[in-house]
Amino acid sequence: MKFQSVITSTGEWLRGEGPHHQIVVSSRVRLARNLRNRAFPGWAKKAERLAILDLIKPQVEELPEMQDSFSEVLQDLSAVEKQVLVERHLISREHAAKSIGSAIVMNRKQTLSIMVNEEDHLRMQSIRSGLQLRQAFKLVDKVDSALESKLDIAYDAKLGYLTACPTNVGTGMRASAMLHLPGLVLSELINQVIQAVNKIGLAVRGLYGEGTEAMGNLFQISNQTTLGEKEDEIIARLSKVIETIIEKEHDARQVLIQKKPNTLWDQIGRAYGVLTYAHAMTSKEALNLLSIVKLGIDLGTFPEDKRLPIDELFIETQPAHLQKGTQQKLNAEERDHLRAEIIRERLKTVPKPDMSKVAREPASGNSEPAKHE
Amino acid sequence: MLCDVCKCNDATVFLTQILDGKMQKVNLCEACSKEKGVQDPTGFALADLLLGIGAAEEIEKGAATTRCPVCGFTQADFKKTGRLGCSTCYTAFAEGLSSLLKAMHKGIEHVGKLPARAQRTLALNDRMKSLTEDLRKAVEAENYETAASLRDEIKQLQTELANPS
Repeated sequence: MKFQSVITSTGEWLRGEGPHHQIVVSSRVRLARNLRNRAFPGWAKKAERLAILDLIKPQVEELPEMQDSFSEVLQDLSAVEKQVLVERHLISREHAAKSIGSAIVMNRKQTLSIMVNEEDHLRMQSIRSGLQLRQAFKLVDKVDSALESKLDIAYDAKLGYLTACPTNVGTGMRASAMLHLPGLVLSELINQVIQAVNKIGLAVRGLYGEGTEAMGNLFQISNQTTLGEKEDEIIARLSKVIETIIEKEHDARQVLIQKKPNTLWDQIGRAYGVLTYAHAMTSKEALNLLSIVKLGIDLGTFPEDKRLPIDELFIETQPAHLQKGTQQKLNAEERDHLRAEIIRERLKTVPKPDMSKVAREPASGNSEPAKHE
Repeated sequence: MLCDVCKCNDATVFLTQILDGKMQKVNLCEACSKEKGVQDPTGFALADLLLGIGAAEEIEKGAATTRCPVCGFTQADFKKTGRLGCSTCYTAFAEGLSSLLKAMHKGIEHVGKLPARAQRTLALNDRMKSLTEDLRKAVEAENYETAASLRDEIKQLQTELANPS
């Protein structure tokens, strides 16, 4: 499978409609694994990294889940190609910085990606649309079980799976969900939520994980500890917290509709206006405005069938995605013009916001039927 | 009270963080608190700070010369990178790591997934325990025929345990 065919199709998780997909953009579960008695990638010399890669990559490619997969060593990917994969959350920013001795293998649907020689020898990740942490774990757990029968995986009876960083030891699992929370941000309740979540040992991060800014009202929430708790307990705890946040977000939106309708319509109208008419736009501004339009779709001010075209813009207007189509590298100014052009073109198909279509409901939580995993 | 990091200046910054009901306290002097970024409460996590302190303490205990027998990693390398060298480092630096893991995680023992291989070893060990007990009873009852066959079975099991496939 060629890189070109990877980037022409959007990942299943973006198109899919998992439970609570209006608020939960995606669910991801990753497992970290290492070979016994082999230097971790950060400590291994180049020759050893290559030897480890030769051991692991063929086994990964042979997985039934990886039939019809995209598999590439990192030095054969251009900087833009790597960045495209980062923007789709298929590889980490850390992995994109690697070159000789590291590789990425992923399936066509882009629901499973396996990084070889990231911080650990193996980083296996499954990504799903909506709140589907359990399903994401199931897939990556199956792949892990298949690989461990072929590879000598570092495991200790007391400490569990051994990882390069002690923060991952034990299950080696990080489960996370990307949440879209414009209601909580607009009503200035988001910091309270973040603090509460931090207090119970979960982490809240920005769009691209550790140390990144929250843009487009998107927040990643994940488990922080990996030792002393079972995988399904971690996932159950996280899912419960996420369901509570979803409820709070719905409540915040209803309060805004009832108490501050003018502020809300003003925000949606301005976002629509700027996206429709601007000729230069940074990716941060684009994300923030698209977030408000997405909120407008959730509330009914824009037709439901515009959801996918708008959702796609979140990814398509990211810097590397803009440049994948053009042959030459664009500077920041050129990118801002191109971004605005793509957005204007897309917005032509979106009618003006119609505030009378908003569904009002008592602010008691879920507008979607309660679905449990 | 002295600073937990440099151990020479008086501590003037006192931090307490409650994580999962466990309280963690750190006392720092002015200079160390600045260096660790404590002044900026938004970007500060006590666990990260504890990680650095834990590693530093271990080095002071004279363990700095310990090398991992497999990969040659030292505690000084750990302090620098925050990552270990290989899976055996967990055994080589077990002492220093245990307090660190305690501060970082919910528990100190893995309770999650077992690889199939570990499950097999676990099952064999259980079988070994019950066979040994049966053997003891058989000998006690002077039932030597049973004892002999149990002894053979134990021998067989020992070779299986010694050769994990």
